[in-house]
Amino acid sequence: MSEPDTGTAGLAKGSPANRRLEVLRPGPLSTVQDLGRTGLAGMGVGISGAADRSSLRLANRLVGNAESEAAVEITLGGLWLRARGVLTVALTGASFPVTVDGRAAASHTVLTLPTGSVLRVGQCRTGMRGYLAVRGGIDVPAVLGSRATDTLSGLGPEPLAGGTVLPVGRAHGEFPRVDAAPITPPSGGELTLPVLPGPRQDWFSAEALRHLLHEPFEVTRDSDRVGMRLSGPPLPRNETGELPSEGMVSGALQVPPAGQPTLFLADHPVTGGYPVIAVVLSAHVAVAAQARPGQRLRFRAVREPSEY
Amino acid sequence: MRILPCADAGLLVELDELEQVLALHAALSERSLPGVLDLIPAARTLLVSLDPERADRRALADEIRRVPLTGALPAGALPAGTGAAGGERADRGSLTVPVIYDGADLDAVAELTGLTPREVVLAHTGTEWRVAFGGFAPGFGYLVGGDPRLEVPRRAESRTGVPAGSVGLAGRFSGVYPRTSPGGWQLIGRTELEMWRTDRDPPALLRPGLRVRFEEVS
Repeated sequence: MSEPDTGTAGLAKGSPANRRLEVLRPGPLSTVQDLGRTGLAGMGVGISGAADRSSLRLANRLVGNAESEAAVEITLGGLWLRARGVLTVALTGASFPVTVDGRAAASHTVLTLPTGSVLRVGQCRTGMRGYLAVRGGIDVPAVLGSRATDTLSGLGPEPLAGGTVLPVGRAHGEFPRVDAAPITPPSGGELTLPVLPGPRQDWFSAEALRHLLHEPFEVTRDSDRVGMRLSGPPLPRNETGELPSEGMVSGALQVPPAGQPTLFLADHPVTGGYPVIAVVLSAHVAVAAQARPGQRLRFRAVREPSEY
Repeated sequence: MRILPCADAGLLVELDELEQVLALHAALSERSLPGVLDLIPAARTLLVSLDPERADRRALADEIRRVPLTGALPAGALPAGTGAAGGERADRGSLTVPVIYDGADLDAVAELTGLTPREVVLAHTGTEWRVAFGGFAPGFGYLVGGDPRLEVPRRAESRTGVPAGSVGLAGRFSGVYPRTSPGGWQLIGRTELEMWRTDRDPPALLRPGLRVRFEEVS
């Protein structure tokens, strides 16, 4: 077992300010994300944070960080970074082709970046989002207790751009004795997501529920960190009245009058005015967040009470 | 009261009226309930947002049902942020919002309400409002308690860019847009107060429970 921390020890303890990641190319969308902000909904601030929280947590564990540290969320790839100081990193989520100074490296493993080296994250073929954690965490200033970029409300750091410099924090705790995470990368095929009936299922016809649970839906191009718009069989309503806006959770399948659902992800609005037909179980929202435009989703009902 | 599940991520408590929502919100805010991440009040509902690994949904539902929502206080007179179960009456303070009443929809609101534009301004400044709940955008507060004559529908078409500081009306609510955003409310004026600043603590001027008075300036 190697000691990946040895090389950074002097720098990490003495001058953490010198350890940073410089963005050479940001790709289509790379942002800083952690586990987001809670307790601020009364002010209209949503949770935000990583769209695929399981992968963020895993990336942090691989480099010995607390699971809540900030990392870079990479959408589809295309991120090039230069290491300043010797840095220990791990990339999780979708499987990206990775090189360090032109030499192939692997995702889901612990990588040491020599100072001045260039990490290139290519385009992923399946999945949507990757998480690059660095030992010590990305140390940009927190806004309302979180370093997450909320693309809906504009809170947190700007999305990464060429020339962005990301400071790396001081490493805490022991380095975990693990080199690689044996995980199955996100599938490019049809995904099945378990759902429970939503709070407004009675606003929909029996046909709508049958369609939702027995027909495939396709992720459209109109998808981002706020939510994924899906196309599929229409989900007709029984109730045509206006719903007063109400609180929304991640994983909610909200259905506007046109009958095509939106699956809410990390940056979803705190409240919404369209009825929710069903909700994806929390643990599977991370799986949903890896679905890319054109991919097919199916929803499988899990039995639960419709009312408490 | 109906308690509707949002899978394992939340319980949506549906109530008869806003006053009950505020009473339940206040009562639950004072308790420390295991697994509750956030409370999101809205016009007719309170969403109890949950950590699925720590929350016992059935036990929480039972606990929510036991919260007394009426009786301790006269209906309709409940200031937001007041403990419904007879707890401390927290006064969340008050704020005066200076407004220039030159909004693009002032004439439309006058027409909808049967008032003159001047009477609309007098009605808007004539009663004390209070922040019922937040939502829509950081720093946006839904204000209630205004003159009932000001109840107007949203605009048929939403504007793509409503300037920050715009003061609007929709339904029984009034509100101030904290930053430039799309919006469908009827705009009657504007304020130069910065409703939302992240370098301020708290960043939102309008917080649930706050009493608000609009004042005309020129």
